[in-house]
Amino acid sequence: MLEIKNLHARIAEDGTEIIRGLNLTVKAGEVAAIMGPNGSGKSTLSYILSGREDYEVTEGEILYNGENILELDPAERAAKGIFLAFQYPVEIPGVATMQFLKVAMNEQRKARGEAELTTPDFMRRVKEAAAELKINPDMLKRPLNVGFSGGEKKRAEILQMALLEPKLCVLDETDSGLDIDALKIVADGVNALKSPDRAVIVITHYQRLLDYIVPDTVHVLYKGQIIRTGDKSLALELEANGYADIIGEAA
Amino acid sequence: MNMQTTSRLTAAESALIEAYNQQVGDLPGNGAVISARDRLLEDLKTNGLPTRRVEAWHYTDLKTLLRAVPAAQPASTFAAPAALVEAASVIVMRDGRSDSRAAVDGIVLGSFADMLREGTAAPGLSVIDRDDTIGKINGSFVRDGYVLEFPEGAEIEQPIEIQALHGAGQVHTRFPVSFGARSKATVIERHMASTEGQALVSTVSDISLEDGAEVTWIVLQEQGASDTHLGQVRIRVGADAKLRLFVINAGGKLVRQELRIDVAGEGSDLQLRGVNLLGGDTHTDVTLVLGHNVPNTTSTEIFRNVVFDRARGVFQGMIKVALDAQKTDARMACNTLLMSDDAEFAAKPELEIFADDVQCGHGATVADIDDNHLYYLMARGIPRNKARAMLVNAFVAEIVEELEDEALVEALEAIVSRWLEKHA
Repeated sequence: MLEIKNLHARIAEDGTEIIRGLNLTVKAGEVAAIMGPNGSGKSTLSYILSGREDYEVTEGEILYNGENILELDPAERAAKGIFLAFQYPVEIPGVATMQFLKVAMNEQRKARGEAELTTPDFMRRVKEAAAELKINPDMLKRPLNVGFSGGEKKRAEILQMALLEPKLCVLDETDSGLDIDALKIVADGVNALKSPDRAVIVITHYQRLLDYIVPDTVHVLYKGQIIRTGDKSLALELEANGYADIIGEAA
Repeated sequence: MNMQTTSRLTAAESALIEAYNQQVGDLPGNGAVISARDRLLEDLKTNGLPTRRVEAWHYTDLKTLLRAVPAAQPASTFAAPAALVEAASVIVMRDGRSDSRAAVDGIVLGSFADMLREGTAAPGLSVIDRDDTIGKINGSFVRDGYVLEFPEGAEIEQPIEIQALHGAGQVHTRFPVSFGARSKATVIERHMASTEGQALVSTVSDISLEDGAEVTWIVLQEQGASDTHLGQVRIRVGADAKLRLFVINAGGKLVRQELRIDVAGEGSDLQLRGVNLLGGDTHTDVTLVLGHNVPNTTSTEIFRNVVFDRARGVFQGMIKVALDAQKTDARMACNTLLMSDDAEFAAKPELEIFADDVQCGHGATVADIDDNHLYYLMARGIPRNKARAMLVNAFVAEIVEELEDEALVEALEAIVSRWLEKHA
């Protein structure tokens, strides 16, 4: 489903190179974890996948279902099924959460040539998905992410993911700032989305989230490259011994 | 400064004088009113329209900008639009004339033309200061308007909507309004053109809030693309009164909205909000002069401006805190989104503080849309143009939503959306 080949990317503004020859393959149905120390390029990778314009790809390609997506803007990528759950979702005063959800769902449907949702159908979907994630309906009456606690923001991200039904889900440190109960709810939300035609990339610092969202593959990212790939036992090894050994081997 | 006695008159100045000479026999008014009109016109004739050398008009050089004055008599043909909110009591001004059948339950409604004929209007036909050009033009030419009197303690639940509709031509209206002690009401003053033709509109609302009154006053200006709108709202706020004043500009070619507010009673609160939607090749000026004149009063003024195309916007905001107005708390902000390279906005906040124990502040920002917000919306599949429109809408909606009345918020948001769809 996703093939990243020899990707090099830098910050557009100052030219700092962050991703330096990254290779990664994720198959449909797979849950892939990307781990790595601070500053290794994890969040940057997620931004580049989503099409953020602050980064510039200088070399390599990203193939999504065989198509090079580097020329597509974030909205086009989203409509093709790429979803990034943000580590720090922004607050947007004045944009009502419900209106935002409706526009996002319908714009994606339009882009795919599907009919727009009727209001009752939309309301039903939101209500059901919100209940699953134990989201208080009052939260949805507020402007987008405004005044949400850290945990509420993360849950709102997963709610959007559930409603938009993407094919490639990228979770950027979705576990940060969550207590254990919230973590379980969020993990259940992600697990409910698992399917043979959908891939999930979980970016995290800690093994903890991977107890709940069990990965098929684990990749260690360091200085903009994948330096080691393994199965879920690799995450346990990292938890026990830290990154030092693996980094030492790669160097 | 105003010594230019024999300088040549501009076409607009000559046309105004000529229009006055033609109309004066026909304008309503007793002797006292006619002499008041004559004095104001004489002042206009002597001093001319203000130029940029007059500080109050520095960013709106009326002498240059007002190029022509349309013929006197407007004649609109269209039907009155639906009320902004369904439940509102609508009273219609058509081509500057009131409707003698108009009535609103619970308030005393009269015609300003009657006040002119009886002469009770004469003292009000005066200028606030020597640069009060709107007062001069309106006082010279005003023909009619509604007089609204809210009795003491009256609670009018449904909004009252004054629909000032007109065709091409000249329209000069005045609305004296008194809100009795502890009365509660919402009034919408809505100005709309019916034709493509050019109109010159001057309008003065002369409003007083007696002690403890709670009032929402909304000025909604949706003039035509070639219209000049010279609006003035004079307000006196009594003790413990609460005034919510909303000014929305969404039309007109040359617009000046003056807000002259006298916070005159202790314990009172003013919440002023303004939205300027500017597009095309237009000029819109909002000038606020707010006096906190007694101790223990509060006010917040927030303006949001969205400027497209080659439009030019101006905000002059003067807050004056009098010597004995201790414990005044006044905050002013003016935020602008510039949507094109040729769009302009000039913001001039001023504080003039004579009391020593006050909290006052002002801030002005000019920006484009926040890239982080745009990226977030796009990352959810919302195409760039649509996402931009949503964010511009949001910038304005944040202010409109403060009105709380759901039907009113919805109606105003619809006007904002429609405007943005047309101009974005």
